[in-house]
Amino acid sequence: MPSEKMLMNGSHVVAEAAVRAGCRYYFGYPITPQNELPEYLSARMPEIGGTFIQGESEIASINMVLGASVAGGRAMTSSSSPGVSLKQEGISYMAGMELPGVIINMMRGGPGLGNIAPSAADYFQATRGGGHGDYRTPVLAPGGSQELADLTFVAFDIADKYRTPVMLLGDGLMGQVMEPVVFPDFINLEDLPKKDWILDGCKGREPRALFSLLLGQDGQLYKHNLHLQEKYDQITANELRWETKTQDEDEMIIVAYGTAARIAESAIEELRAEGLNVGLFRPITLWPYPMAALRELASKVSKVAVFELSMGQMVEDVVLSVGDRAEIHFYGLPGGIIPTPADVADFLRSASRGDGKVGRRIDV
Amino acid sequence: MSAEAAYKKIFGFPESLKDNPTHYCPGCGHSIAHRLVAECLDEMNLREETIGVPPVGCAVLAYNYFNFDMVEAPHGRALAVATGIKRVHPDKLVLTYQGDGDLAAIGTAETIHAANRGERISTIFINNAIYGMTGGQMAPTTTLGQNATTTPGGRDQRLHGNPIDISQMLAVSNGVVYVERCALTTIKQINRAKKAIKKSFRCQLDDLGFSLVELLSPCPTNWKISPKDAWKWVNEEMVKTYPLGVIKDITGYEDKK
Amino acid sequence: MITRTTFAGFGGQGVLLMGYILSHGAMHKGLNITYFPSYGAEMRGGTANCTVTVSDKKIASPVASNPDVLVAMNGPSLDKFEPTIIKGGLIFLNASLIPEAPSRTDVEYIQVPIVELAKEVGNARGANMVMIGTVCAKTGILSLEETIKGMQAAMKGKDKFFGANEKAIERGFAFAKDGR
Repeated sequence: MPSEKMLMNGSHVVAEAAVRAGCRYYFGYPITPQNELPEYLSARMPEIGGTFIQGESEIASINMVLGASVAGGRAMTSSSSPGVSLKQEGISYMAGMELPGVIINMMRGGPGLGNIAPSAADYFQATRGGGHGDYRTPVLAPGGSQELADLTFVAFDIADKYRTPVMLLGDGLMGQVMEPVVFPDFINLEDLPKKDWILDGCKGREPRALFSLLLGQDGQLYKHNLHLQEKYDQITANELRWETKTQDEDEMIIVAYGTAARIAESAIEELRAEGLNVGLFRPITLWPYPMAALRELASKVSKVAVFELSMGQMVEDVVLSVGDRAEIHFYGLPGGIIPTPADVADFLRSASRGDGKVGRRIDV
Repeated sequence: MSAEAAYKKIFGFPESLKDNPTHYCPGCGHSIAHRLVAECLDEMNLREETIGVPPVGCAVLAYNYFNFDMVEAPHGRALAVATGIKRVHPDKLVLTYQGDGDLAAIGTAETIHAANRGERISTIFINNAIYGMTGGQMAPTTTLGQNATTTPGGRDQRLHGNPIDISQMLAVSNGVVYVERCALTTIKQINRAKKAIKKSFRCQLDDLGFSLVELLSPCPTNWKISPKDAWKWVNEEMVKTYPLGVIKDITGYEDKK
Repeated sequence: MITRTTFAGFGGQGVLLMGYILSHGAMHKGLNITYFPSYGAEMRGGTANCTVTVSDKKIASPVASNPDVLVAMNGPSLDKFEPTIIKGGLIFLNASLIPEAPSRTDVEYIQVPIVELAKEVGNARGANMVMIGTVCAKTGILSLEETIKGMQAAMKGKDKFFGANEKAIERGFAFAKDGR
């Protein structure tokens, strides 16, 4: 049975959802603003026979995830921006070795140590592969607490289904905000498809080896990368997720994800009262990006506005999706501050007038 | 009398090794170390219960030679990977097989913290005082005065720092129950090494804590000397920096003489 | 209906707890809520604030451009947040610490001597309970019963404080009704 309505902060929501989604192995290193997540699991994991280890670093933690995944467990790590940079090595290896695992990034301001306020400046790192090599990481961007819970389940399922690391991309604000959440029921670990590739001792079978070094002279690495690409094509075909809130009289749509989308939605409500009709397009998978859906929507309006808690990262995917089908206006706020709906409303008014006072027009 | 009864097998190819020719150089210690690990697993009937983690380094392809489950770890992260595996399968034997660069340079933090947590893992540490796979650069364990491609004229303490005795360092941790250093360059030491590896596996099966067996291993290719001289150098020179013997033993086991 | 309330004060005044009580009470009543606390370095500086949005519709932004209600527990909080309050908004002042009135004339305000009222009902440490009582009563977001329920949910496991806190909340409701 799903849970009753519970009031928890976003970090706790992800932690509890992970447990219910069958995660029994958590490894992480403290960093603000997501410490509530490991703190919660340090108490919760022992209750359900799971493992919690506070690793000596983010690097160690992601490699513990790698090990637990090799051994067949549903495993997870969490961090915030600087820590996720350190995890990129492990994520690349997991992608290469085709190991499932879930990485939570509650983004904070950067570059460097930056600050601990919310940000969305790790879009490139998350969606373009922050580590080395020709790989992609499916990235899920929740829009609020309920989605933090629901998409945590989705993240584990995609990870297992495609044998790939999956990232859940939230931000510091999302991790702190409390909202009522209804958790899906606990999955039964016995119901999950058996993994026929894990290492658990070779009793009754040939030994298995998992590795990412492919030196073979017969094009071993070449073939492996083609195989990975096929998998990424399947993910792109099957796993796209987005939300639209539009009406026929919209003259413009705003594209935003995560916390920025929530702030934009409130701005839209304010503007409707003024007679300015703006629709919302919210990508939920950031990779793969719902390009076709956005392209179709953009062809129905004259302007596409883009709002990000960064100086302009996702806007590149919007440009790739929309091209010259509509005017593209961009407004980005540097991470590490908390914008209000009034800020976004000012931008949308300016974009509507085309006066360039707030944000800027992107020449395609 | 049947043939089976008349002949008793006293020596053979270990089941825990695959019948593949290795890529190791003539005179290298890896082949001996592999064989010792395999013989120990066979004799303790553990092959099917074992998950091994080789490093990045010359032994990166060890899964081609070891006939049990293996996963390659990112450079230095073997003990973090092994920690994850062991926590999922606490009833399996988990071993890491790591070189000096992997264990004592890039992976120092992972090494120290896995050991200090007392992870029930056995580590086989191959110390050849050089970076083999990348072609002879300085290792953390390169001895003073030893030539490497990045210590031209010999390792100088002021310029390049000191050789690190990671086994001694690990021994002070309360999570560590057994550390022994052996060499792969005399029959007596090879036999010692085998006993040590078995003891390390036993520590793990008995849930005592972390254990490590350091094996001084010759690298004639990158030391740029003959195999014979390389073995001699281990026995006469390398042991001065890395003295052989038990470094720590709080297992309570009584060694059979 | 949508009401955005910012609670602000020193750390230790029970500022976040007031927001938490309002959130729980409103959730039990079946309303949508978002609770957004200040966190991290801001918190370590010794000040605390949170914004609670309550609505019968789905709430988009947990961040409010202009809160409808401000609960100022000390002078610096009044100075900081008074300018952000919506025109015609409502300010609750901890009159035990803030002698002056707000400088803005386009907002309503209520001065609540919460420390004195808390002492009066024998709960010297329950000043924030008096305040949340007055806030819920005056804004009409929660009834007395709903506020008490919210307090009990927010302080789950600390049952020994329930009785004294209920009295303080009741005192806050009475003050809202009678102005004394």
